[in-house]
Amino acid sequence: MGLQIQHLLGLENVSREDIGLILDTADNFYEVLQRDIPQVPTLRGKTIVNLFYESSTRTRISFELAEKRLSASPINFSASTSSVRKGESLRDTIRNIEAMKIHFIVVRHGCPGVPLFLTQCTDAIIVNAGDGPHEHPTQALLDMNTIRRRFGKLDGLKIAIIGDVLHSRVARSNAWGMTAMGMDVTLCGPPTLLPQHPESLPVRITDNVEEALKDVDVVMLLRLQLERQNSGLFPTIREYRERYGLDLDKISSLPEHVIIMHPGPINRGIELSSTVADSSRSVILDQVTNGVAVRMAALYLLGGGESA
Amino acid sequence: MLKKANGQIVFPPDSSEQAPKVLIENGRVIDPVNGIDGIKRVALSGGKIHAISDEIPEGFVAERTIDASGKWVVPGLMDIHVHLREPGREDRETIQTGTNAACAGGFTSVACMPNTSPVLDEESKIRYVVQRGESCPCRIYPIGSITKGLLGEELSPFGEMVRAGARGFSDDGKSVYNSKLMRNALNYVKSFNVPIISHCEDADLVAGAHMNESAVSTRLGLRGMPSVSEEIIVARDTMLAEYTGARVHIAHVSTAGSVRIVRDAKKRGVKVTCETCPHYFIFTDEALGNYDTHKKMNPPLRSEADRQAIIEGLADGTIDVIATDHAPHVSEDKKDVEFEAAAFGVIGLETSIGCVLTHLVHKDILSPTDMVQKMAVAPNRILETSGGSLSKGADADVTIVDPKAEWTVDPDAFYSKAENTAFAGHRLQGFAACTILGGKIVFERK
Repeated sequence: MGLQIQHLLGLENVSREDIGLILDTADNFYEVLQRDIPQVPTLRGKTIVNLFYESSTRTRISFELAEKRLSASPINFSASTSSVRKGESLRDTIRNIEAMKIHFIVVRHGCPGVPLFLTQCTDAIIVNAGDGPHEHPTQALLDMNTIRRRFGKLDGLKIAIIGDVLHSRVARSNAWGMTAMGMDVTLCGPPTLLPQHPESLPVRITDNVEEALKDVDVVMLLRLQLERQNSGLFPTIREYRERYGLDLDKISSLPEHVIIMHPGPINRGIELSSTVADSSRSVILDQVTNGVAVRMAALYLLGGGESA
Repeated sequence: MLKKANGQIVFPPDSSEQAPKVLIENGRVIDPVNGIDGIKRVALSGGKIHAISDEIPEGFVAERTIDASGKWVVPGLMDIHVHLREPGREDRETIQTGTNAACAGGFTSVACMPNTSPVLDEESKIRYVVQRGESCPCRIYPIGSITKGLLGEELSPFGEMVRAGARGFSDDGKSVYNSKLMRNALNYVKSFNVPIISHCEDADLVAGAHMNESAVSTRLGLRGMPSVSEEIIVARDTMLAEYTGARVHIAHVSTAGSVRIVRDAKKRGVKVTCETCPHYFIFTDEALGNYDTHKKMNPPLRSEADRQAIIEGLADGTIDVIATDHAPHVSEDKKDVEFEAAAFGVIGLETSIGCVLTHLVHKDILSPTDMVQKMAVAPNRILETSGGSLSKGADADVTIVDPKAEWTVDPDAFYSKAENTAFAGHRLQGFAACTILGGKIVFERK
């Protein structure tokens, strides 16, 4: 059995079966990664362009590693070193890259909808590595993989995602993906960092952290872009930390099984105190590890691979 | 002679040629200014309306007879809000191609916005547009800018521009940010018989946004323009008009709140008029689907409640005019580009009458008379231009509308240089069958 989707543009409208298949396959690749030689020949001869129009450390490295572990040939393209600066249109850039015969494009871009737009410009398989505040599907998949490895299931689990929901592609992808997998999702943040019209997201929304944390199994903190303060979205870092940051005090009342997640990079001392980030509840480094396996699974399945 | 699949434009005719004696027979003549609605004969002579009567006027020998059976004969339509892109962006549209599109859409006059390059902000530039329009198959009334260079800092010379032919002033594309300057513009324009046309948009509330703020923008991860960003300026400018006693025309109304504000202001006697465009009574922001750049315009497509309010505003007379905001773009700025990089705006001159007939008249929201009121009478009244009626002795600007003909919108068949329509592939019922300008037949549909 293979995937129903042809490209990984987002998790909105992706079926429970497809998400489940990617997570199962990721578990298999997780085993591969434990071997002495953590590499399989699955995508040998396939060229993958990592097209990053926005800076990224972990996502780009994670994809590149996943591609190498699958024996594909990655090529890295980042906006600052390319002809983008010469004013070439995105469509022309893609058509030029395609003319060099490539099989996959992993794209990160500041403009929502770019991955979908690329499917109209090229025959290559498109993987969204983050399109503005829209979606970041592999992040949500690795989040779900991490939760499932910890709890053995997703169905019925309750998660609170706290922070700058408005500008978060991680929140959106998780809202759709986790809901499809039977989880109960609450998004929480100050009213200025929540969407004014959330009806299109299948989640509960609240500006009250206490309410969000009620009965949760998982807490995910989102990175606060510090420049949001300058645009008047919240008054001070101190007030944000007090109201929406998590420290030992706030998590002490949570049951022991509750885990803490963060898509990174962390602002230590703002959304998450170091004591929490480094505590035994934190699965933040597991997320990074699982990210490679999940991206291997996504690329393998999109390339036509079937479940083992 | 310019031929297309749709028909042919015959202009300019031999310039020495006098306007022929034309007799239009068997058509339903709709002329609200003169209270006419019925099957009549329309006689044109010397470029003027000679008579509207049941019988052929005595001694009138037609050189050309048009059988308008099943069609409507109405005063030449006027589009009060178009972008002709000349001077500056002749790759998008020229005064010639834009007016070709206008006459093929049944318009005998258009008012063109000043956000060209250079901006129409002084007498010589207005004169340039007027002169370029003299050889075109449609009258052109340029709109000058309110502020020099559209910068919102100093008033443009209204008097000099009116002398050159400007019929209104607007910083279309943005609002005059400074309320004091807007107040001055409204006061100063009182010396001339032209309106200030206000594009209403609070610049801070829409910064970086590319569509309506709604559940759709939440889903697409796009920053939204809240409806209140439009309404705040509609409220400000109607209040300034009320305070100064000046006249203001609100461009492209798109929200329920704007309709309500204008309705209330009119009740108080404020000299405010307003327009909307076909896309606002046909589409909602759901039409953006997955980032369709041909549904990207400013103001943006709004919610269903807004769309319904626009329709109510049209029906109850709050909205005076239907304009198009015809905004031509080249494909590299519109079609072949990611959503946030795509230009705002769609063309509309060749689809407007079809949209109005299909979505308003045939649905009994507007009567045929209402349609003529909003597409011919009111626009001329607002710009204080001479058209909009079939009165004896008036310029013979006449549109013959086939209200029933069904057709499919095909961007390749447009006379406009641009193809960025929101209606490609749409089935519409009704179009302009024939356009007569100053007694000369300038467009006939095949």
